[in-house]
Amino acid sequence: MTDPVVVAHRLSKSYGAHVVVDAVDFAIPRGKCYGFLGPNGAGKTTTLRLLLGLTPKSGGELEAFGLPVAAHAAQIRRRIGVVPQSDNLDPDFTVAENLRVYASYFALRGEGLDARIDELLEFVALGDRSDARTHTLSGGMQRRLTIARALINEPELVVLDEPTTGLDPQARHVIWGRLAELRASGTTLILTTHYMEEAERLCDELVIMDNGRVLARGSPATLIADHVEPEVIEIRGENSIARCDPLNCRTERMGSSLYCYTRDPAPLLAALHDTHAQFIHRPSGLEDVFLKLTGRELRD
Amino acid sequence: MPGAAQAAAINWNPWRVPRLRRGAFAVWRRNVLVWRRLVIPSLLLNFGEPTLYLLGLGFGLGHFIGEMGSMPYITFLASGIIASSAMTTASFEGMYSVYTRMVPQKTYEAILATPLEVEDILAGELLWCATKSLFSGCAILTVAALLGVVHGWQALLVLPVVLLIGLCFAAPALVMSAISPGYEFFNYYFVLVITPMFIVCGVFYPVSTLPYLVQDFVHLLPLTHAVALTRPIISGQELQQPLLHLLVLTGYTGAFYYAAVVLIRKRLIN
Repeated sequence: MTDPVVVAHRLSKSYGAHVVVDAVDFAIPRGKCYGFLGPNGAGKTTTLRLLLGLTPKSGGELEAFGLPVAAHAAQIRRRIGVVPQSDNLDPDFTVAENLRVYASYFALRGEGLDARIDELLEFVALGDRSDARTHTLSGGMQRRLTIARALINEPELVVLDEPTTGLDPQARHVIWGRLAELRASGTTLILTTHYMEEAERLCDELVIMDNGRVLARGSPATLIADHVEPEVIEIRGENSIARCDPLNCRTERMGSSLYCYTRDPAPLLAALHDTHAQFIHRPSGLEDVFLKLTGRELRD
Repeated sequence: MPGAAQAAAINWNPWRVPRLRRGAFAVWRRNVLVWRRLVIPSLLLNFGEPTLYLLGLGFGLGHFIGEMGSMPYITFLASGIIASSAMTTASFEGMYSVYTRMVPQKTYEAILATPLEVEDILAGELLWCATKSLFSGCAILTVAALLGVVHGWQALLVLPVVLLIGLCFAAPALVMSAISPGYEFFNYYFVLVITPMFIVCGVFYPVSTLPYLVQDFVHLLPLTHAVALTRPIISGQELQQPLLHLLVLTGYTGAFYYAAVVLIRKRLIN
């Protein structure tokens, strides 16, 4: 087991009286994909900004590559690739120029650079668009270019802030494929997301955050095993709900659905079949853990 | 590790003195690459405006005025316009372009995820604004030379001075960008600062024709000192107190550049 890439100990950040990150602990192992899952305003993006040295911490310790972030921010950023939440590609340049100019901020130049740019554009399936202006690219293409840009300095760690928010399913799957390849090649990934499927698919380990605190941590499978019953029957519609009696289930109401969590679904399933109620029976997932821990009220 | 703790304290202090590092040239180069794409309209502006001023005002007004400050009016005007154009060019770039890159375009956000820091970005921008002033200065000098109002090769010495004038006006423009909530905000600066300087700092007539009280105030303004350098260099007259003028321009540059770095650190690193 090698040393973790990033270690936080009671890491805190507040703006005046408003605590955004509240005594958070985590250790991110090398070569893994580590997720920060949480609703809007949970403190995920601020945690990433702290890691990049783009905001001073209010308390606790934060180290990356064994170096305290505060004192070595620029040196640490040299070894990190960043995919920000909203694309900030340079609209004044073409696809390839975006990578070339970004490389210059790392003082990268020379013969190897052209080959590296071609290779990265192939990797994100933009090889044939290298002379296109960025505003002519679709949202998915811009995201892929942003990912290629994050890899220009051959980073050991890539930080992705909601990498697939706002993308269609096809574009999302392409990006998931690329991220899985990156991790397989030994790059450590940190990603924030509020897509459960993304977290379940990509993350080896994750923390669930809300209001600046870590509520739970572990692999997706252990989180599900530790926090919710293995199966859920989701009964839809008031009529259906009225007609059934959730036997030996923990129930939660959300909108017009009743979620019945259980280890023994047989009795309720039998009852539901008899009443012709509308329902879905499925294994529990990360979303169930997430909603249980963070509550079901709307976040704005 | 007391050393690390000390370094940390220095790192976060927005008031720490900015260093000039290589990264600034990467930012400068980025802007050169963008400019290269827009070179034709840029050059049109650089050459077109001074040509119109010199032909229209220089020959038109010059016909009635004859001489001013012991030189033909068109020479008087050309040697003032070269300073005021450096001022407006750097001010425009330091406000509209810098603000665009900082806020709507989020270019600085992207750059700050690399090893570069706020001081590198702003040093690059400052140098770029001055570079644009230099382009405008070259254009005016060319037009003036073609019109036969430049007296000898010594006029080329005006170019490094124009670069300094560019730096001197870029720095306060960066401060305006740092505190600006939006583009409209820059109107205040133009109406209250840039245009008055354009009118009273000796571009169109000698400062000595103003009332004494106003003169005292006008001598505090950087454009007055800029014109005091460009006019004798272009017309071939003897420089008066060149060190004082250079010092004033350098002082304005340093003070406002430092303020801009502190303010933008506070705006972006929070």
